[in-house]
Amino acid sequence: MMGTAVAVGKVALTVNGGRREIPDGWSLADLLTSLDLDPRLVVIEHNDIILRDRDSFARVFLAANDTLEIVHFVGGG
Amino acid sequence: MAHADVLSHESATQDDPQPFVIAGREFRSRLMVGTGKYDSNARMIEAIEASGAEVVTVAVRRVDLDRSKDEGMLHHLDPDHFFLLANTAGCYTAAEAIRYARLARAAGFNEWVKLEVIGDQQTLLPDTFGLLQATKTLADEGFKVLAYTNDDLITALKLEEAGAVAVMPLASPIGSGLGMLNPYAIRTIKQRLTVPVIVDAGVGTASDACIVMEQGVDGILMNTGIAAASDPVRMATAMRHAVGAGRLAYLAGRMPRREVAVPSCPLTGMLGAPRER
Repeated sequence: MMGTAVAVGKVALTVNGGRREIPDGWSLADLLTSLDLDPRLVVIEHNDIILRDRDSFARVFLAANDTLEIVHFVGGG
Repeated sequence: MAHADVLSHESATQDDPQPFVIAGREFRSRLMVGTGKYDSNARMIEAIEASGAEVVTVAVRRVDLDRSKDEGMLHHLDPDHFFLLANTAGCYTAAEAIRYARLARAAGFNEWVKLEVIGDQQTLLPDTFGLLQATKTLADEGFKVLAYTNDDLITALKLEEAGAVAVMPLASPIGSGLGMLNPYAIRTIKQRLTVPVIVDAGVGTASDACIVMEQGVDGILMNTGIAAASDPVRMATAMRHAVGAGRLAYLAGRMPRREVAVPSCPLTGMLGAPRER
């Protein structure tokens, strides 16, 4: 199931198109904290589902091979 | 205090008896501005304040995870003082644009979207077929869709029918600064649509903005015309005046064009002429 190269106690997932290893059992809120991102300033798509409730981030646990897109507003016309 | 400045710019339209309303919401300025292409965020904020704009567009993009100090727009724009209008710039299919619109809505500010479905990389002209599809879907989902389109009347009518709350025909291609290429088309669209018509893209300088507003359209959205000026803050002020002036000139009703001169001064009472009667 998991890739052979993943360290013990870690899971590998895809965040914004890049592969990342995180400790097994982390929630989305844990990941955001580790990335120094303010949950109020980002929008997250988890396995193609947009999470509209930021309060749920602490209850969404990440699994191997999950795909996350973390987006925000940037300058544009 | 910076925000008080924004509010005071209401005077740009103080002689305009008609409020600027889209989907039941009134906005204090007919000029909407983008936030792209500025060399600094401080300059951007200063220019937006000078423009008097309330509606400010933003794009949706991935957070750059390797540069944690790559701050998003929300670090700079106070959503209590500006109406954030997310766009779907860079999307080439209806499905992609719908996905970006949904992500933008999840940010939690509003259900409005400046919908772009681009059809060609070189001209950035819209894919009107994809645009219509995405407009229908998003309108059904409760989005307030402001549809960026070309200056084609039939497409504009179909977008209105599909549920767009405003139709945004281009003056000329995005970022071109060529001004309004087809005033007849813009006027016709304005005359035929019920929803507001906001000209988006192509305005290069103040006179362009003024001429666009003189066609009777409801507003203008611009980005590069301000951001790419040598002095964006001064150009933003010029655009504020130009939009106000063009609007007033439209309301005032211009004089008829004539192919011959008509003197402004009396023809009688000239020196050396024989006394009348």
